[in-house]
Amino acid sequence: MAGLTGRMSTVVKAKVSKLLDRAEDPAETLDYSYQKQVEQLQNVKKGIADVVTAKKRLQMQEKTLQQSVVKLDTQARQALSSGNEDLARTALERKNVAQTELQGLDGQVAELEQQQQKLIDSEQKLRAKIESFRTKKEVIKAQYSAAEAQVRISEAATGVGEQMADVGLAMQRAVDKTENMKARADAVSELEAAGTFDDITALGGGEDDIDRQLKQLSSQPAVDEDLEKMKAELGKGGGGEAPQIAPSGGAGEGAQPSESGQA
Amino acid sequence: MIVRISGEDQYRLADEQKDRLNELDNAVVTACEGGDEQGYADTFAALLDYVRSNGERVGDDELAGSDLILPPADLSFAEAGTAFNGEGLIPD
Repeated sequence: MAGLTGRMSTVVKAKVSKLLDRAEDPAETLDYSYQKQVEQLQNVKKGIADVVTAKKRLQMQEKTLQQSVVKLDTQARQALSSGNEDLARTALERKNVAQTELQGLDGQVAELEQQQQKLIDSEQKLRAKIESFRTKKEVIKAQYSAAEAQVRISEAATGVGEQMADVGLAMQRAVDKTENMKARADAVSELEAAGTFDDITALGGGEDDIDRQLKQLSSQPAVDEDLEKMKAELGKGGGGEAPQIAPSGGAGEGAQPSESGQA
Repeated sequence: MIVRISGEDQYRLADEQKDRLNELDNAVVTACEGGDEQGYADTFAALLDYVRSNGERVGDDELAGSDLILPPADLSFAEAGTAFNGEGLIPD
């Protein structure tokens, strides 16, 4: 088979025979294989821990962004009800950026969850094979002549070696995925550091560089839509009274329209 | 004949099923070479499904090398084209 599967098979088999060639006599093969197996199990444990760490970091960022979305939405309402449409627009633009990032993070957390589960499954399978190898090697030692033992050891070692190569592959893929996600997490951190999701009421009157970049980043129709919706909601009760604003904002700070008016 | 799906399990298939596997594999390669991403996804899924549904799963306590090893199910289109050359996916 020369296709996709043929290439995969060739690469894995080369890895396995390289692993087994390092030992010359059967007893050495057994010891060497077993030692490698135990090492590999430790690696898988470490791999799982790395994935969990990456996932936790992304989840913390998700939480921060969720809070920012609520806060910016509240501030947009406050700004609008006190007649400052420009400030409301800026807040909604920032909310839009936060929401977009949040969606990206959601997908990545789900993917890491999958990777974690796969590695846990792989670890269990490898553990079962190692256990089987341990039993078989005693049987082989006790029951077979040297020549036959060599053949059987080589079979067993190939079986377990292949499982190890396979777990190695799963680990490598998990590491690659985690690396990609770190890059995204770093990008979100940079946005945070640049004050993208900071308190909008702390902004001065003039438009700064971040604002201009944000306007390019955020999707304008979505912001316009949000703004119109908000205006309609505020207009409904006749004059946008505070009691209407507070429930959707959710926070205690929701009833202070005068504060945003100063910005 | 024992076939492994990387990241999943090993399956025991009859030797006569090799021809069908070859056909399915060729379809994957054709889709890859033609730059047909959807075609790749479909044919690759069909290849894996064939093994899963026609093979008998090899027990975890059985130690046997595989005659054939299939890439993991989440192999991307880009990886299918390049990743199995040289060092690629599998670390030493």
